Formats: sequence, structure tokens, C-alpha cells
Amino acid sequence: MASDLALSAAERELKFRDPAKARALTGALERLCRDIGREPVSVMHVCGSHEQSIAKYGLRAILPRALNVIMGPGCPVCVTDVPEVDEAVVLAEDGVRIATYGDMLKVPGTSKSLADAQAAGAQIDVVYSAAQAVELARDTTAPVCFFASGFETTAVATAAVVLADPPPPPNFSILSAHKYIPPVMEIVAEMPGTRVEGFLAAGHAATITGWRIFERFVERHRIPVVVAGFEPLDILAGLVKLVELVRDGTPRVENMYPRCVTPDGNRNAQRQLWRVFRTTGGRWRGIAHVPNGNLRLRDEFAWIDARRRFAIDVRRLWTHAPSALTQVCICGDIMAGIASPHGCPLFGKECTPDTPVGACMVSSEGTCKIWHQYGGHPDL
Amino acid sequence: MCLGVPGRVVAVHGRSATVDFWGVRRETRLDVIDEPVQPGDYILNHVGFAIRKIPAAEIAETLALYEQLLREAEGDMMAADVRTEIAAAHDGAPPEGSRGV
Repeated sequence: MASDLALSAAERELKFRDPAKARALTGALERLCRDIGREPVSVMHVCGSHEQSIAKYGLRAILPRALNVIMGPGCPVCVTDVPEVDEAVVLAEDGVRIATYGDMLKVPGTSKSLADAQAAGAQIDVVYSAAQAVELARDTTAPVCFFASGFETTAVATAAVVLADPPPPPNFSILSAHKYIPPVMEIVAEMPGTRVEGFLAAGHAATITGWRIFERFVERHRIPVVVAGFEPLDILAGLVKLVELVRDGTPRVENMYPRCVTPDGNRNAQRQLWRVFRTTGGRWRGIAHVPNGNLRLRDEFAWIDARRRFAIDVRRLWTHAPSALTQVCICGDIMAGIASPHGCPLFGKECTPDTPVGACMVSSEGTCKIWHQYGGHPDL
Repeated sequence: MCLGVPGRVVAVHGRSATVDFWGVRRETRLDVIDEPVQPGDYILNHVGFAIRKIPAAEIAETLALYEQLLREAEGDMMAADVRTEIAAAHDGAPPEGSRGV
């Protein structure tokens, strides 16, 4: 059988720790897809690390042809909206020292990225942790602003530094571009072109939130959600459970990562997250306005909120129209699951990790950059 | 960034801990983890914060995945993410304010 041949070739590449188990799982997926009897069966994951693992280990080469595994808006850097980048650029140009995660430097704003501002003399520091941004502020009297990106798992760390005792120094502020994943799943589930039949949820995000958070989504949309880990076998096992739920027409939440994820998650982390942040509607780059999709500092934390402390007027960046290439970029369609990087005329040509046009080619969690490094959808 | 990285707790000082990541010792914050940790425990570190304790039965399997990743070449994206997560822990002495809480 073709799939057996593909698997034996893939096994050498994959370094599965348990090839027999991998074979059993792909066999189960073949049977489930045959039972469903139509194609494609489209499922979506929303996590850059899932996509890295799928692409790195070549999983799509051993999946049934009928099964379409799409990466949705699972890259927080990629969905950071243009005006949010503009705010950071304006602050940087006005002499505020910006501390941010490395992937944020090259994300394009209206006319400039933070890297452009840095090249023109603004001070931008790459940090790996919100706590390191606070340390930077302690070592200087200059204003330091942490341009904070990431989903809820990462926002928890930002919340913790806000609540720390002693608190961050008075020259420290936060420009939050944090995003909250559950609401965007609702948006993507409703998109007419996407037709997602199931979601694979990211194990470590669910470590914080717990798997019960997805129950309301399942009730509303009648689409199953399966929490899965990052190992190739974890992902295959998650897909088997997800496609089984699709076949049976029994939408519910299943936790296939019990070694990490509990029903209620890390309550201490959630308490800090929701004490510091509230959800508000906002645009996700290229996707849509997402009600409750943005995490913003609550009013009582205005003292540390860069948006309250500084008058940030981004209009001066609007003097240049976005480049013509930007108009061609289809990052939004890719993150909505409507298109793949191979459908973009810029992919691997004008748009590469060194000269990214769209945010999906900037971040190591972006679909385009991952496919550029590992190859994403091998020709079968 | 989603991956986090596991490490072994060497010492606990208030709201931070010295954690060993394959021979690299760094300070990880304990503000958000939801259970007490002590030397010998394994935690998952994400952007400089321990987000969960790894149950004893899961340690070997968890470490195996990461060890496989860390054997990859420097340019490998997943390996780079893991190294970034190690770098996210605080370098050097316990940060100011972490003691006696």
C-alpha cells in the first residue's frame, strides 16, 4: 500500500521513538477517513510549535490524503496588528527604550518596523522574558517600555511582573499586544471559506487555562476540540481522536495530553492573568476584528500602561503607503486556513526569512517561516 | 515559544529557584506555578517562569523529547525555541526582591 511505503520512508526521517505506534496511529487515521468517505476532512491547530513539529517531522507526508491539517492563527507575533507595531515604533522614536521579544523586531508596521526604528537610532532591546525587561528598567533612569506579545500563556508572565513585590520601577511601562486564543477560534469556525471540522488545541496553553475552557466553544459551534502535545506521536494520537469525533458526529472536548493538562489548569496563573488583564475587541492582523481577542491592562494598572502614560500619536507614520508587495501578501488568508504558503506568489521569492514581507515569514511560529525552513506540504 | 523547557530545581529562594537545564544553571521565577517546589523537582519553564511541576512519572518521557530536539543543529527552529526558553531564565544570582517572601 502506498501509505505503508510512505511510512517506511518517512520513519527513517522521522526518528519516531516508537515507529510501530506511529504506524498504528496512521493506520487508524486511514480507516477513520475511509469511514467518513468524503474529502477533504479539514482540521485546524492554533499553535506555532504544533506546526513546527508537523513540518519538521514531515507528518503531512504520512497522513491520509483526505485529511487536511491547517495551521490557523496560532502565531501571536503574526497577528500583532499594524497599529500596535506603529505604537511601539512611535514610542521608540520618541526616546522610550523598547524591550520586546526578538521576533517582534521585523514585524512590519504601516511604514516601519522596530528594526527600522532601531537602524535610525532608536534603542530597542531584545528580551526573553518580561522579568528581563523589568531588570533593564532597574538599571537605568530612562523610560523603558515592554512591548508585550504572546497568547495567554505568555501574558501570564507579564501579569506576574506587574503584580511582583517589589513592583517594577516607575520608569517601566507595558504596551500590551497580548492576544487571547479562545475568541479567535470562534471567528475562524464561522469563516465561510475555512470549513474547519475540528480543532487541535495546544498542550501548553491548556496547561494554564485547563481543557474545560473549550467546552463553551464546542457547545456553541458543535465542533470537537482535542488537546494534544508536541511530540510527533502526541500529534498523531490527537488527530486520531479528533477525526474519530468528526466521524461519530459527537463534538466534545478530549484531553489527549493528560501528562500536562488538567480540567481546570493552573488557577494561580489564571488569577494573576485576569487580575491584570481584561479582554477587549480588536483587530488581529489579516484576520478580522476579534471580539474579546485582545488582552489589555485593567484601569487600576493605568500607572504601568504605556497607552495611558504616553500620548502615542501614530498618524505621523501614515505618510508612506504600504509597499506594493504588502498588498500581494496573503498572510491573513493563510492564518484563516483559506490558503497555504504555496499559494502565495511571494513565498520563497520576494518574501524570505531575511527579507520578510508578511508577519508569517518573520516569526519562528509563523506558517511561512516554518514551511520555508522545513518544507510544509511535501508533494506525495 | 509554546514549547517551554523542562529543568531540575536545584535550590529555592522565595519566589525564584535555581534550575538546572542540562548543565546550565539559571534563575526561574515561581510566581505563577500553582504548587510548591523543592530541590529535585522538575518544572516547565516558559519565558522565565515555571508554569507547572512535571509529575515524577512523566519526567523521563518529557526530557527525552527535548534531548532529541537539543541534538539538532544550531539553525533548527524547534531547537532554537528551546534554547530561547533556557535563555529566558534569569542569568546569575537570584533577582533582587526574590528572597524572604
